[in-house]
Amino acid sequence: MIEISEVTKRYPGGHEALTNLSLNIEQGELVFLTGHSGAGKSTLLKLIAAIERPTNGHVIVRGQNVGRLKRAALPFFRRNIGMIFQDHKLLYDRTVFDNVLLPLQIQGLTGSDAAKRVRAALDKVGLLSKERGRPITLSGGEQQRLCIARAIVSRPALVLADEPTANLDDAYARDIMDMFRAFNEVGVTLIISTHDHDLIRRYGGRSIQLAYGKYVGEQVDKHGYNQVKDHVA
Amino acid sequence: MKAWLTHHLHSFKAAFEQFRVSPLATLFTLLVIGVAVALPAGLYVLLNNLDRAAGGITPQAEITVFLKTGMSEPQARALVNALKKEADIADIRFVSRTEGISKLEASGLADITAGLPENPLPHTLIIKPKEKTPAALESIAVRLKKNADIERVLLDTEWIKRLAALMRLGHDLVFMLAAMLGLALVAITANTIRLQIYAQQDAIEVARLIGATDRFIRRPFLYFGGIQGFIGGLAGWGMVMIGLLLIESSVSHVAKTYGVTFDLSGLGLLELSVMLAFSTSLGWLGAYFSVGQTLRKVETF
Repeated sequence: MIEISEVTKRYPGGHEALTNLSLNIEQGELVFLTGHSGAGKSTLLKLIAAIERPTNGHVIVRGQNVGRLKRAALPFFRRNIGMIFQDHKLLYDRTVFDNVLLPLQIQGLTGSDAAKRVRAALDKVGLLSKERGRPITLSGGEQQRLCIARAIVSRPALVLADEPTANLDDAYARDIMDMFRAFNEVGVTLIISTHDHDLIRRYGGRSIQLAYGKYVGEQVDKHGYNQVKDHVA
Repeated sequence: MKAWLTHHLHSFKAAFEQFRVSPLATLFTLLVIGVAVALPAGLYVLLNNLDRAAGGITPQAEITVFLKTGMSEPQARALVNALKKEADIADIRFVSRTEGISKLEASGLADITAGLPENPLPHTLIIKPKEKTPAALESIAVRLKKNADIERVLLDTEWIKRLAALMRLGHDLVFMLAAMLGLALVAITANTIRLQIYAQQDAIEVARLIGATDRFIRRPFLYFGGIQGFIGGLAGWGMVMIGLLLIESSVSHVAKTYGVTFDLSGLGLLELSVMLAFSTSLGWLGAYFSVGQTLRKVETF
């Protein structure tokens, strides 16, 4: 599903966020990206979501080369990806319902079909009772869940989450992780960046470790069984 | 088709929402656009009325010919008949010497004519040309001047020429004013939309991130610009009409002193629709520039 080969991302000014990174992610996987802040987790997610272009190397998502996408093709590419942002990026001038409706509106879906899907998504994240409220009245955890509802309402095959549990207390974080696990069980590919090691230990799955923009290694944690792979590329 | 319709409906609603959010600012913008539209439109109306007023005089374009004083009346009438056959002359009115003097007496100058030892007036021809253009009048006059029986040819085309030139200048002014104020209209719209975009930059960024096309983002702003231009155009039309109403009584007063009645004509349906199309499309254009600039700034991919 996602093929990253020898990818380098250098920002104007010379800062190199990713250096010669290679990895593959298969359809239906749940992958954690770990590493200290500044390790390049967010940058990697941005490259996969076509928010930024790689300086060198290829990022291929669902058969499309992100680096070569034309501006006009970007919106259609992004519609297949659910993005969960660290800073939520909610719109505070409209209701909870309208925030979740936005991706459907963008895709030309309105009316009762759209409303049904918005309510289903809100129900999944437990915010159905607050659909008429404004995002500003929600707690941090609720805002994060609203962001998740917006990301999944258009039923994307791939969901990217940038530090979804940062700034959340443990109970909220567990809630959200349970939700992700449930999405994964119905076939959604998830890539979650986090520096919360407890979380990974608790939920297991594949975790890829980055440090200073480089691939360090990865482990697959299954029922307490640790399998450490070496850096291949 | 349904999706397309709902898209547009949504954009329309979003545009109207903007008017609701800042009514005072919108009102001022509409007034400014109204003035920008009203100035060239008002000048146009003024010229049109002037043209109409002058139009009542233009058909009187005629050539006055004085024959040599020694000519007898039968000789003069023969000349009239000969001239009548010429292709570009429509009609000739013959005023004999005696007729001329009696007209002078009738107009209250009897005291003066009585003191004259003999009738000083020549036979006079008043020639109406078939074509009333200055050029046609001129060519007839030139030909008549060569005739040995003719003493003087009076041709007053100069004022017609001057009026025509002034009218042309006026129309050029209308165009120039319209072009300049049209540019101002684009700038005004671009500026108001820029402020709106500034307030909505987050929404635009989020929409881009979750897959909105440029068109989707641009459309509500385009509608806003178009609607603002349209209503501004209507306001401009209203200003012109009110202006006409205000000067109507003084115009009819002036007309009365000339012994005529004159109704000011306003802007017809055609002119109104041209005006509205003009202001709407310029508003749209201003919005287009403004949003395009922001979109390029938001999306750095």
